[in-house]
Order: sequence, then C-alpha cells, then structure tokens
Amino acid sequence: MTTMVLAAGDEFVAPGVKDFFLPPIFGEVTKPMVLLVLSILIIGAFFIAATRNLKLVPGKFQFAAESLYDIGRNSIAREQIGAKDFKPYVPLVLTIFTFILVNNLFGLIPLVQFPTMSHIGFPLAVSLLVVYPVYHFAGIRRHGLVGYLKNQTMPPGAPWFVLPLLIPIEFFQKFVLNPLTLAIRVFAAMFAGHLLLLVFTLSGEYLLFAGGVTVVVAPVAFFFAIALTFLEALIMVLQAYIFALLSASYIGAALAEEH
Amino acid sequence: MNTLVLAAEEGAINPVLPHTSEIILGLIAFLLLFFVIKKFVTPRFETLYAERAAKIEGGIEKAEQAQVQAQATLEEYKAQLAEARAEAARIRDDARIEGEQIISELRAKAQEESSRIVAAGQTQLETQRAQIVAELRGELGRLAIDLADRVVGESLEDEVRRRGTVDRFLSELDGTSAPAAK
Repeated sequence: MTTMVLAAGDEFVAPGVKDFFLPPIFGEVTKPMVLLVLSILIIGAFFIAATRNLKLVPGKFQFAAESLYDIGRNSIAREQIGAKDFKPYVPLVLTIFTFILVNNLFGLIPLVQFPTMSHIGFPLAVSLLVVYPVYHFAGIRRHGLVGYLKNQTMPPGAPWFVLPLLIPIEFFQKFVLNPLTLAIRVFAAMFAGHLLLLVFTLSGEYLLFAGGVTVVVAPVAFFFAIALTFLEALIMVLQAYIFALLSASYIGAALAEEH
Repeated sequence: MNTLVLAAEEGAINPVLPHTSEIILGLIAFLLLFFVIKKFVTPRFETLYAERAAKIEGGIEKAEQAQVQAQATLEEYKAQLAEARAEAARIRDDARIEGEQIISELRAKAQEESSRIVAAGQTQLETQRAQIVAELRGELGRLAIDLADRVVGESLEDEVRRRGTVDRFLSELDGTSAPAAK
C-alpha cells in the first residue's frame, strides 16, 4: 500500500464509511431514501401488473411472478410456519422477501449501485418494528401471555436444573437479540460487500491512472471486482431469503405448541 | 472497526447507529408495500391457486367417476354376456331334448306303422287263405262231381279204360296245378 502510494505520488484514499453517506440529493432526501421509495414502486407495480389478469394456465410473465410468490408462500412461509397457520403470514413474508431483495440488488444495478440495506435504519425498521411485534403478538394471542413466555423460554425436554440458566438465555435471545441480529445480518453483509466492491474498483482505477508499472496490476483488481460482483449477487439474494426465512421461523416458533 | 470507532469519536458518521429518519421512512415504505401486497397481490394469487386446485381436483374426480362408470358398464356387459351364454346353452339343451323326443316319437310311429302294415298283411293273407280254402273246397266238390260224372259216363268199360281216365284226369289236374305250385 505504501509503495503504491509512493509510486503514485498523490495519496490513495481508501473507501470507507463516508462512501455510504453521500450528501443529500436535495433537502434531507438522500440516495438510499430515493431508492427505497423506488423499490416499493417497482415491487408494487410488478405484482399489480402480474396479477391483474391471472390465468389458470400461466404465461411467461405470470409464471415468473408465481415463482417469486411461491418462494415466499411455499418454500418460506409454509415450511417455517406450518401448513395450518401460514396463510395469514404469506403477505408479510412475501413483502419482507421482495423488499429486502430489491433493495439489496440495487447494489448491482449500474448507475444505481447502492444497496439500500447497507444503511442499518432500513432493515432495523423491518425487523424491530414489524417482525418483532408480529411474532410476539401472534404467540401471545395463540397461547396467552404466560403460556407464550413459558413456551418461548422453556424448551421442552430440558432437565430442570439447567432451567435457571436456560430461561434468561432464551428470554434474552427471543426478546432482545432476534430483531437486532436479523437487521445486523443483512446490514453487515451489504455494507461489507459494497465496501469490498468499492475497494477493488477504486484501487483498480487508481492503479490504472496512477502511471508507472502498477498499470499491469490493475486488471487483477478489476477481475476481483467482477468476481466479487457475482459473489455479491449470490449474497444479496441469500440475505433477503434468510431475512424472510428467519422472520417466518420466529413466527412459526411463536405459534408452535412445542418447538 | 478501529477506524469506525475513531471516526465516530471524531464526529463522523457511525454506520452502526441507525438514523431516525431512515427507520421511519423504512417503516412507512415497508408498510405501504405490505398493504399493496396484502390487499391486491396475495388475494389474487390465492384465488387463482384455489381455482387451480379446484380444477385439478374436479378433473381427478371426473376421471374417477368415468372410471367407476366404465367399470360398472364392463360388469354389466360381462353379466349380459354370461346370461346370453347360459341362454344359448339352455336353448341348445332344449333343442337336443326336443330332437330326441321327435326322433323317438317318429320311431314309435314308424314301429306302429310297420306293425300295423304287418298285421294288415297277415289279416289279408288269412282272409285270402280262407277264401282260397273255401274256393278250393267248392272246386274240389265240383271236380269230384265232374270226375264222378266222367267215371259214370265212361260207364262200366273196362278196368283199364277206367284207370286210364282217372290217370288222365289226375295228370290234367297236375298240369294245371303244377305251375301254380312251383
């Protein structure tokens, strides 16, 4: 790094947190805010258009929409919540999945290139203010407050002497950690991924234009940037899937008689 | 991480601390999208899925019904076939019995006829014989008288002539009766 800097003459500025907080576009409105609004417009328009004229035998477009819907409905909600109770939670799970997915994918779309979820406020809003109250409310309504607390904090089959240890741990996990880890997981993945891409792209650019022999190393940086882009694409989809999966899993666990 | 903490201490932005405005906007945007999906998207898909399931189930049911019906028809045909076979066998048996009956009847009738013919022949023969015997009896009388006449007519010639006359008569008689006896 130092040699590179020396060779270049002028300072290489490594990308950092500041790259995630660009100056507002106008007033208080920042780029992620615009993207967020854009994302719900895209998803809403896509689904409204796809479901306006549904046919028993789907066309290509309807088939694509159905496949997406089925990921939320069958492979996440039904698997995690159970065939008996999953129906009312399908819209929530589908919204979570598509919302996170599109906002993550913004990180790859040319010109946009910013994963909205790398601002922790957005995933936190979903996990802490939506998923967290929903699964506790569902559990309390199903089992009553005491029954629910017992169900959540005392795993069946645990010997009595570990209960004093187990109850606080379970309580802490279910009522404090779950929503935070849910949000932090996707935020951290998006933040780190975007940072990695920035590092390789910016350093590649710097190497290319710095002059001298470093030009030959520049393709290596670009190669890694491209490879990491593919990796990022996988992670983006995966993180959206995990977020929805865990949300559904929390709801399922809250509703289950015994888990 | 160290740099992040330093940056935060320096009054720069800490990415781990959420912005209130972003949480509020995130929540509102999410709820809006949730509303749209819950209100429009999910019900449409669920209606479609229910329709599709109903259609498929209906199709399966229809197929099952058709199969049951086909099975019933097959059974019916089999029963009918068996019935027809039994009927045919019965008819054949009847025909055989009837034929045998007819044959035996005819045989009896023929027997009767033949015995009747034989009996009639016998009666006729009997009658003819009686008639012939009666005729012969009359003839014999007449012949005897005839013979006696001749014998008397020749009168009392000699023994030899007499004997010759008798012999002549007898041979004459033989001559007429011999071809008949043959």
